[in-house]
Amino acid sequence: MSTTHDTRAHADHGHHKQSFVQRWLMSTNHKDIGTLYITMAFIGACVGGTLSMIMRQQLMYPHNDWVTNGNTWNAIITAHGLLMIFWFVMPALIGGMGNWFVPLMLGAPDMAFPRLNNMSFWFLACGFVFVMLGLFMGTGTGAGWTLYPPLDNAQYSPGMATDFSLFSLHLAGISSLLGAINFIATILNMRAPGMTMHKMPLFCWSILVTAFLLVLAIPVLAGAVTMLIMDRNFGTSFFEPSGGGDPVLFQHLFWFFGHPEVYIMILPAFGIISHVVSTFSKKPVFGYLGMAYAMVIIGFVGFVVWAHHMFVSAIGTDSKIYFEVATLVIAVPTGIKVFSWIATMWGGSIEFKTPMLWAMGFIFLFVLGGATGIVLANAALDQELHNDYFLIAHFHYVLSMGAAFGIFAGFYYWIGKMTGHQYPEFWGKVHFWSFFIGVNLTFFPQHFLGLAGMPRRYPDYADAYAGWNYVSSVGSMISGLSTLVFFYVLYRVFTGKDKLADNYWGEGATTLEWAVPSPAPQHTFLDVPVIR
Amino acid sequence: MKRSFVAVLGAASVLVLIGHVALAQATAPDPTAAANAYVNAPVNWQLWFPKSGSPMQAKIDWLMQYVLWIMTAVVVFTGGLMVYVFIRFNAKANPKPGTLTHNTLIEVIWIVVPVLILAVVIIPSLNLIYYEADDSNPYMTVTVTGHQWYWEYNYNSVPGLDYTSYMIPDDKIQPGEIRRLSVDHPMVLPVGEKIKFIITSGDVLHGFYLPSLGVQKYAIPGTSQTSWTIINQAGTYYGQCNQICGLNHDAMPLEIKAVPLADYLAWTKDALANYTDNTVVAPFSSPLPHNQLALRD
Repeated sequence: MSTTHDTRAHADHGHHKQSFVQRWLMSTNHKDIGTLYITMAFIGACVGGTLSMIMRQQLMYPHNDWVTNGNTWNAIITAHGLLMIFWFVMPALIGGMGNWFVPLMLGAPDMAFPRLNNMSFWFLACGFVFVMLGLFMGTGTGAGWTLYPPLDNAQYSPGMATDFSLFSLHLAGISSLLGAINFIATILNMRAPGMTMHKMPLFCWSILVTAFLLVLAIPVLAGAVTMLIMDRNFGTSFFEPSGGGDPVLFQHLFWFFGHPEVYIMILPAFGIISHVVSTFSKKPVFGYLGMAYAMVIIGFVGFVVWAHHMFVSAIGTDSKIYFEVATLVIAVPTGIKVFSWIATMWGGSIEFKTPMLWAMGFIFLFVLGGATGIVLANAALDQELHNDYFLIAHFHYVLSMGAAFGIFAGFYYWIGKMTGHQYPEFWGKVHFWSFFIGVNLTFFPQHFLGLAGMPRRYPDYADAYAGWNYVSSVGSMISGLSTLVFFYVLYRVFTGKDKLADNYWGEGATTLEWAVPSPAPQHTFLDVPVIR
Repeated sequence: MKRSFVAVLGAASVLVLIGHVALAQATAPDPTAAANAYVNAPVNWQLWFPKSGSPMQAKIDWLMQYVLWIMTAVVVFTGGLMVYVFIRFNAKANPKPGTLTHNTLIEVIWIVVPVLILAVVIIPSLNLIYYEADDSNPYMTVTVTGHQWYWEYNYNSVPGLDYTSYMIPDDKIQPGEIRRLSVDHPMVLPVGEKIKFIITSGDVLHGFYLPSLGVQKYAIPGTSQTSWTIINQAGTYYGQCNQICGLNHDAMPLEIKAVPLADYLAWTKDALANYTDNTVVAPFSSPLPHNQLALRD
């Protein structure tokens, strides 16, 4: 793809100086809002990561005394889950990188609804305040991030903390919903002339599919959460057995949202990885259409597999068989993506810059986490593995190593375009290797703990689980130190004096964001580029 | 790339070494049970499932190995492919990139082969689902009710035998008991007989989880689920609550004593006479028995 216009010429046309408040609190600019989202993700990751460090400290030894109160422990695990999903992974990938790069890749001057975009961010920021209140008020919200009733009803979780956590999900949900509508409108209507759907970059495809998943899944969560709030406060009994309600209904509603949610978190990372692999192999993506439609299929099938989270809950034998088979089917389009990435590299001229290292880490560890996913999809095996540390290891391999590696790949790939300064290559690689070792040391031994039968959400465990828990905690400390290296990388980026070329990755980087200056000016594509 | 990797690896291995020494000092000696009794409990540094205590767990163990070996092959193949690509097509080895972006044959192969692998996984897996669901013709039935934070066992075939089972608090552990796993009144079951569990809850969700027997079901208030087992060998088996249930979620373990049938029948008479303190008057009531302790504040 190439443009027929010089985009630099009118880059800062008509731009007047804004005050801090105007620029950051009233922003309608997709790049500024993207920056706000990334800042939100940074804060969410720091708080959620600190909580995970506290958990690993407590679990380092049996009968440890970091968190001696079970309610505090349950509040910490709940907040860790909610923060990492709604205030780290989603704002980083969708709100952050989506806002920054979807319009740039489409050749659009901004998002379709700039004011909606602003509103979407501030809903999320308010939701963050609410989820923190849910952590700190009273004894905190202690039902786990899945919020299963009856544990979080008024009888077993009195106090306002749980209401704040539920409302935080409403706010994060509205935020995601508005953002998703904005992305769909932008992607369907604002592509540069000549950019047909089948020429659109894969990151835009991934955000488009993600946005459709959000539009379909979030209202179901909102319904379930509203019913919970009414059960808690207005005497309804949607999920109360004593009033004819059913706690299992909540599990169905929650996972009808919750399973698409895992693809909401991973699909944008798939998009980023495609661009990084192609750029550093200096080759176009292999099987572009297969890659795009694999994501569409993953999104579609992702909606009809939810009850595999409930194999030991009240679910019939035939349902188990259907949900197992449907779940396994997702392995096929995922396989298409993995093999297409490898085929993209095949015959390429691969440079192992930092973003490429994160992408390679992503592919291998995602395959590993996907393999244990195939194991867990077997309803017969779930009778032994459900809710134990084997499951914890599995979903951290696809999130802590999948989604997070995708976020870091995108960060190192685009930080020069966002700030105008390149990251230090050596420290970027130190960050990668230390994080790679840290997370593997943290989560690989958890497979063994799960096989030995250690349940999740335990602040204290039988002494026989001490060995692997200790190794896991050491691993988490290495990841923690690795994060300090990342802070140093950020410091170097923001104090950088270097000037970057428009396309600092060279021939491999072919999408439209590389046609605008680095850093990308406030306004881009005031003259619409034409794709030949 | 090499320099940064070596630096990080060096630092990591030093940390692990320091940690290992600390661990050797920190780990308490494993509790030893009476020499003649068989105890199926987790052991430190365990790498695999517990030893099978039931035919169902043996089948799960077999299927797990079957699926995991196939998946290991997939991961090793993909990883190997990546390593080959790194060596063969890095910028030094291959300075001029190619332009390959389509190959219909290979794209069909990487759809068909995974489908075949999945078919190979699915067939034994579906058989095991039916096996696990077959709770017909049990010798006896125990209704298990989860409560915050103890278990209640109602022996349906022994009228009046309905008692509660609490974890032994950390400061009351006796030699031969296992901290966080031993309970005051274990569930006593006969060896070699088919036992059906009806699992429900008196308050919030709980998880009835017996890894060494391959049994796991949520305990759900307002409805009940069934599972079953046949215990191979006399001895002690452990399990834990596996669905978050509040403050003391980690303090309501399950302990099963499997004994020969004659001993079991003798025990039922004994229990009826001696478990009066723990006997529950009616299902779903929480009588707040004498030993309900605030295990955490």
